[in-house]
Amino acid sequence: MSADAKLDTGKAAAAPERLIVSPSPHLRSKDTTASIMMWVAIALLPGVAVSFYYFGLEAVRTMVIAVVSCLAFEFVGMKLLGTAGSLKDMSALVTGILLGMNLPPTAPWWMVAAGGLIAMVVAKHLFGGLGSNVFNPALTARVFLLIAWPVQMTTWLKPGTTGLVTAEGLQAVTGATPLAIIKEGGVGALSGTGAIDMLMGNVGGSLGEVSAAALLLGGILLLAKRIITWEIPVFFIGTTALVTGIAWMANPAQYASPLTHVLTGGLMLGAIFMATDMVTSPISFGGRVVFAVGCGLLTGLIRLFGGYPEGVSFAILLMNAATPLIDHLMVPKTFGTPRKAEVAK
Amino acid sequence: MAVRKTFKGGVHPHEYKELACSKGIVDMPPPSRVVVLLRQHLGAPARAVVNVGDRVVEGQVVGEPAGFVSAPVHAPISGEVTAVARHRHPGGFICDAVVIEAKEQIPDGDGVVSEGAPHRLPGATLDYMNASPDELKALIRDAGLVGMGGAAFPTHVKLSPPPAKPVDMLIINGAECEPFLTCDHRVMLEETEKVVHGVKILMRVLGVGSAIIGIEDNKPDAIDVLTRAFAGVDGVTVQACRVKYPQGGEKQLIKALTGREVPPPPGLPLDVGCVVQNVGTAARVAEAVMEGKPFTTRVITLSGTQVANPGNYRVKVGTMLKDVIEFAGGLKSDLSRVIQGGPMMGIAMADLDVPVVKGTSGFVFLEAGNPVDYEAAACVRCGRCVSACALRLQPVEIARKIEAGDLDGAEALHVMECMECGSCSFACPSNRWLVQLFRIAKGKINERRRKA
Repeated sequence: MSADAKLDTGKAAAAPERLIVSPSPHLRSKDTTASIMMWVAIALLPGVAVSFYYFGLEAVRTMVIAVVSCLAFEFVGMKLLGTAGSLKDMSALVTGILLGMNLPPTAPWWMVAAGGLIAMVVAKHLFGGLGSNVFNPALTARVFLLIAWPVQMTTWLKPGTTGLVTAEGLQAVTGATPLAIIKEGGVGALSGTGAIDMLMGNVGGSLGEVSAAALLLGGILLLAKRIITWEIPVFFIGTTALVTGIAWMANPAQYASPLTHVLTGGLMLGAIFMATDMVTSPISFGGRVVFAVGCGLLTGLIRLFGGYPEGVSFAILLMNAATPLIDHLMVPKTFGTPRKAEVAK
Repeated sequence: MAVRKTFKGGVHPHEYKELACSKGIVDMPPPSRVVVLLRQHLGAPARAVVNVGDRVVEGQVVGEPAGFVSAPVHAPISGEVTAVARHRHPGGFICDAVVIEAKEQIPDGDGVVSEGAPHRLPGATLDYMNASPDELKALIRDAGLVGMGGAAFPTHVKLSPPPAKPVDMLIINGAECEPFLTCDHRVMLEETEKVVHGVKILMRVLGVGSAIIGIEDNKPDAIDVLTRAFAGVDGVTVQACRVKYPQGGEKQLIKALTGREVPPPPGLPLDVGCVVQNVGTAARVAEAVMEGKPFTTRVITLSGTQVANPGNYRVKVGTMLKDVIEFAGGLKSDLSRVIQGGPMMGIAMADLDVPVVKGTSGFVFLEAGNPVDYEAAACVRCGRCVSACALRLQPVEIARKIEAGDLDGAEALHVMECMECGSCSFACPSNRWLVQLFRIAKGKINERRRKA
């Protein structure tokens, strides 16, 4: 009974000298972290393309710097801190694209690079690298930049600008985001912008704040490929619509309609691509529902009553912080365990 | 099939059934040498009752049950006992075995070879509806029947529920959810009559009025054939189930078919009034009761890319795997892994010098690079293992506790309820070793409990 299994069958191949042994299961799903990240990157492409279309070379420049700096700082973070991760897992690429999507097209190069540093080194690798970060890296960077350089982070390019813009020429081509217009001047001030403009992306904003339709397209792809599950986008957007809808019904003169809220700002980007970040959202279905409802509630409240016109980033980061608690509290009853009511009987 | 029942969780591996599902069962002629293991069932191993040099006749008992949770083993062929020795089990361990060789019979004084007809169980009856349940159960026990789905639990024990736990439902498992395996599928198609009789006998033994046969709907022909075969039988339903692993897990099948949830271990199907039997076992029950045939023959699947002729073969229990392979036309040259059972829960063998046992559903021969030998990467907390778990456990959290050496924490997260189906490891995009860690932890916790 040796480990060598030789079969003298004459006609057929003998068993190899050594068979590989390994514990079951002997099949693996084809999805890997890298393939999931690749699909997220692909799903972001329509949104990226629309931002390039409306904001021209400025958007291209910002996106390239964001991606390159994230890849570079991922490498630096891993080397410096010896933490988990690999450029091959493509997560830094996704963070890079998401960072670019979260910046205004005219963001100065050094600011974008600083965003890459914050995202990869501070938000990701100081927490332990891939899988260990509490906060979404791209959003952490966005909020850091928003607080550090508020002017540059809220200077918006008018859609339709194609070339690069000099610092001096910037004043002539700026436009505000729809949410900022509403915050400043009420719903009436937005009268020039229709739902179609917002859907297609013909409005001012960050690269990823413009076209709801392109982002939805990516979201459908992610759902179809089962990269994300439906509950976070649906409950996030649904709750935001509900909260802003209540305000709108109470006072339509002051508050924008839920449709406007759903189609503008970072909601689509946040709900489809950022709140669904595997690492920083809960692991169970119930947990994800609670998480998404929390995101929607906070987004609605910040937009309606907060000092900032947009609340998606803050909402997601706050719920990121709550995720360990949600995971801790929302442990499902195991199979066959009676529910509380039955135990009481 | 309007309604396809199922359970929550699970995964959907590629099925690979096409390799063997359309191949009719081929009878392999009895081999000239068999190795009959004495531990082919859960519970106490059988005790050898023959010695080297004894002549045995097909169907004769060569190993006696050593307790209630045990089963006899019978000689699959007539011949001479040439060894009673230790031999490797396809499950990897080594146990006692009786080796029988079909030697040339020495003629007696008149030149007559008197081998004798194969042994049959006394009391076998075609009129089982008028036999007492106890008589039927005795036949099932004496035939050495064990569950053929893989766990090989003695059948008569499952048919003896304690009075405190009334049973009202027989579940027949025809799900066959493991990829590659098709032997149950072929038995349903080709031994339909035996399955029908077996189900009726099992219902009579248990005294239940209803039975449900659960079949994954990737076997529409089997669902069709059995639906027609059971058309005139009161209380029996054939139910299509969604193709999803582990649909054939006892607990998952009961949940899908009846909505009942078996409590966590030590909970048993009996606790929710169910007894589950494999569809192949049902066919063997009919043979035992109606023909008095001991359990010495079964259908196994040979599949995978590295066997020349994937298919379903009716072989004697105790036939050496290499003899089966030879009969099936041999292997291909790129073989790197041989799995006993299906690829999700089966055992990768280091050694092909093993016999077929009662619980062998098949062997899968995989090419080099399948599965790819992945490096485990960092957990990204995607929660796919949580969605995949058919028992609503949280593999990611349990694994974290085990990796931190916190067995108490793992126990608090119910690691002992894990049935080791492997869905979590299958689903993990970081290729982390989840179920493998749980097996280790369960072993350590059991050891700790024994010491306590």
